[in-house]
Amino acid sequence: MSEAARQPAQVPAVAAADKVRVETPFRRFVGDFFDSKVAAGAFAVLAVIIFIALFAPWISPTNPYDLATVDVMDSRLPPGAESFTGTTFWLGTDGAGRDLLSAMFYGIRTSLGVGVSSAAIALVIGCCIGLIAAYSGGRVDTLIMRVVDIQLSFPAILVALVLLAILGKGVDKIIIALVLVQWAYYARTMRGTALVERSKEYVEAATCLALGRNRIIFRHLLPNCISPLIVVGTIQAAHAIALEATLSFLGIGLPITEPSLGLLIANGFEYMLSEKYWISFFPGLALLVMIVSINLVGDQLRDVLNPRLQK
Amino acid sequence: MSVFIIRRLMQSVLVIAIMGALVFFAVNVVGDPVDMLVNPEADQAEVERVLHALGLDRPLHEQFWFFVKNALRGDMGDSFIFGEPALKLIVQRIPATFELAVAALIMAVVVGIPCGVYAGLKPEARTSKAIMAGSILGFSLPTFWVGLMMIMVFAVMLGWLPSTGRGDTVQVMGIEVSFLTLDGLSHLVMPALNLALFKMSLVVRLARAGTREIVHQDYIKFARAKGVSEGRIILVHLMKNILIPVVTVLGLEFGNLIAFSVVTETVFAWPGMGKLIIDAINNLDRPIVVAYLMITVILFVTINLVVDIIYSLLDPRVRLGDLKR
Repeated sequence: MSEAARQPAQVPAVAAADKVRVETPFRRFVGDFFDSKVAAGAFAVLAVIIFIALFAPWISPTNPYDLATVDVMDSRLPPGAESFTGTTFWLGTDGAGRDLLSAMFYGIRTSLGVGVSSAAIALVIGCCIGLIAAYSGGRVDTLIMRVVDIQLSFPAILVALVLLAILGKGVDKIIIALVLVQWAYYARTMRGTALVERSKEYVEAATCLALGRNRIIFRHLLPNCISPLIVVGTIQAAHAIALEATLSFLGIGLPITEPSLGLLIANGFEYMLSEKYWISFFPGLALLVMIVSINLVGDQLRDVLNPRLQK
Repeated sequence: MSVFIIRRLMQSVLVIAIMGALVFFAVNVVGDPVDMLVNPEADQAEVERVLHALGLDRPLHEQFWFFVKNALRGDMGDSFIFGEPALKLIVQRIPATFELAVAALIMAVVVGIPCGVYAGLKPEARTSKAIMAGSILGFSLPTFWVGLMMIMVFAVMLGWLPSTGRGDTVQVMGIEVSFLTLDGLSHLVMPALNLALFKMSLVVRLARAGTREIVHQDYIKFARAKGVSEGRIILVHLMKNILIPVVTVLGLEFGNLIAFSVVTETVFAWPGMGKLIIDAINNLDRPIVVAYLMITVILFVTINLVVDIIYSLLDPRVRLGDLKR
């Protein structure tokens, strides 16, 4: 039974127009989000990128890492050129004769995977630490926040550089480095939000009901802290992707066996001086589109989720 | 004021000490110190000799004191590749990196503040919207890719600017600088612009936000009512007040510029310390890596200290708030 039918007295407008959909918070959120055409466009682009990342092996025209199909004779062909076997390379080929479009699909998969997973892990770790700081208070809080302050006073790229210099190359290692770089942002956001939420009446009410501390934290407090965390998470995912690309470009991020967009761009560097621009240009464009769309979606999320900014 | 400075100074020394301990811990406990500090091409006798010279045959707590003593004397070991003291190699490269960072900072301020103030004064104008769209792009563009594209367009296709190196340098007080020769300047423009792009977007946003807040303040209205010319209002009344956040953020961002110069220096083959550290990591030249870490830690802590002090001078509330705690 619909909500409108159950409570006709309280919601006369909805009851009058029986077929009007009930406005749940989620629907309102979706409606607000798509109010902005730019954000809607960015969301669509992001959806396409996520689709590419998920299904890269099935939608790529060729498998760029299958040595049987890659022919060195095809190397450095300009966009739109055809190979001897009749395959068209819409975005050209790279130095080893791989189809650039396919390599980019795989690169997007790696870049997005590394960026999103590191942001997610950092979110969980950062939130736990932030919650501990907010709930313990006193010395623990001061100590944790000092560490956060000190870490945030060093640029992310430097911290990541240091960690990778010690840890070495590898997907797992770059994820560790990105998590260690990012957790502090989440911890700070979480602590700030949790401190505000903690002093609100509903937490007081829950405490009066003698609910367990864990139950209050995870069932009452955490759901109310989620919106700023989503915003920080989106922006940080974009940062993580850019940082991973930069580190891979510098040759200290992902190994050659896991080519991300950054590595593809680095591979094109040596051919650029002979005007073979496409090997670096297109992967960079993909990276840019990815970062811009995530940032725009994050911006819109912030506007929609922040009640103070609402019209 | 002096209490404030002393407190901050003590904090800074503490941070440097902790970071030093962390670096020591990372090199000696997480990693294999023999791998990291001994030249991989050395024979057994050489390995023994280096181990003894570095004190690696002793227990850990003694090793730590050995590391501290050497670090305080400025001895971080010799580079495997160059065979010279690591510290000296890095210090030699500092002026090039600083020149690049300062040039980028100047570019960011000179372009960013006027654009931001304009966008703040006329938020509805087309130009302002274009400036803001540009600043979003500036935030999102990956620095290294922009650098590559700049080389592609200005060096390869148009052939206007050289793409690598520092060009001719002149000695000023014993330091090599590029910006005083025409050739050096042409080498400096592209890397500096590349490095400045991100900060420029930041300055535009800060200046715009500051301007929009300040134009509605009473003292601006009063100045207008008094008949002060619009130019003077903007240059004196407005500028003084938007400079506080801009100075703080830029001070903090100067460290960021030095860190990010790693990327720009690699792209443009600019012979600064960023290029040195990347080469050192790729060549497994550990003494340089360790020395670089210590130097940047000290550099950053110093920058943060200076910014804190400048900020407290600009805004007395900061130091008073700190003393009350």
